[in-house]
Amino acid sequence: MSNGHDDGIDLAPGDEHVEGGTGERILGYLTGLGLAILLTATSFFVAGTNLVWEPSIPVALVVLAIAQMGVHLVFFLHITTGADNTNNVLALAFGVLIVFLVIGGSLWIMANLNHNMMPMDQFMQMQR
Amino acid sequence: MTDTAMAYSHGDPRLRSMAGAVAHSGPAPKRIVTGYGFWIFILSDMVMFSAFFAAYAVLLGQTAGGPSGRELFDLHNVAIETGFLLASSFACGLATIAADTRNANWFQLAMAVTCVLGLGFLAIEGNEFASLVMRGAGPTRSAFLSAFFTLVGCHGLHVSAGILWLLTMMAQVAAKGFRADIRRRILCFALFWHALDIIWIAVFTVVYLLGSAV
Repeated sequence: MSNGHDDGIDLAPGDEHVEGGTGERILGYLTGLGLAILLTATSFFVAGTNLVWEPSIPVALVVLAIAQMGVHLVFFLHITTGADNTNNVLALAFGVLIVFLVIGGSLWIMANLNHNMMPMDQFMQMQR
Repeated sequence: MTDTAMAYSHGDPRLRSMAGAVAHSGPAPKRIVTGYGFWIFILSDMVMFSAFFAAYAVLLGQTAGGPSGRELFDLHNVAIETGFLLASSFACGLATIAADTRNANWFQLAMAVTCVLGLGFLAIEGNEFASLVMRGAGPTRSAFLSAFFTLVGCHGLHVSAGILWLLTMMAQVAAKGFRADIRRRILCFALFWHALDIIWIAVFTVVYLLGSAV
């Protein structure tokens, strides 16, 4: 099975390190599809049910989403922990770092600003 | 072993073992360079999306007296959209396998299925946007809705661009076959399409499921 590489020194992102035939590759995609469906269904179920303690729902949804992203990365994009994937994983790690800085930082700063902001009616009084 | 290493080591066992030891020093094959460059682009695209997500999360409560997510979002539709995009991602994976085995018929079939499912996704999303605007909940109504339309619309634009690219790849494979450069483009397209599905996971979780809980 040729993906344009021979000995697996490096692997292009998206390329699969293949030992088996086409059947095994399709099975890999089917596994990913099954896991993704399971996680998506759980997300929608958790969001709409009363069976789960309510304050835990946002956390559960975030965890399920991150798990599903992992499933997509492994089974569809073939980003693995193998030695032939080091460059791809490092690039991904840097991307994830920036994403967390942007989202986490924005939420943190804005929550702080909201918290420290004077209520609007007091502010109007001071203007007089 | 890289192509250069192969070329140098040809025929001489001593050189061959040397080439094996220094295999990292040669230039990487073009497929790896292209794929890696496109991977960097996808990650930068995700950084851009993270800014939109941050804006949405910050503006979620700023409805300016207008409708909130709980009143507007139809989770049934979102579930169908999610199914369409997930199935199209799977079909795209099958197209990748067909391209690797150089099977043009299966490639065209899998790409056509990918395209139809992607168009179905876009149709549902377009419908949702139209009905929101009709109900007076367009992007100008509140900061919350501006952030919503920007984020989800940006993802929709990416999917539209992906479908144009998909059709181009079908035409190129039909006209030129599985040449090395065409196969690199297929690799990049598959990366793009799967990445869009990953972003959609964040969209349906953050925008719709968490957004309708507030």
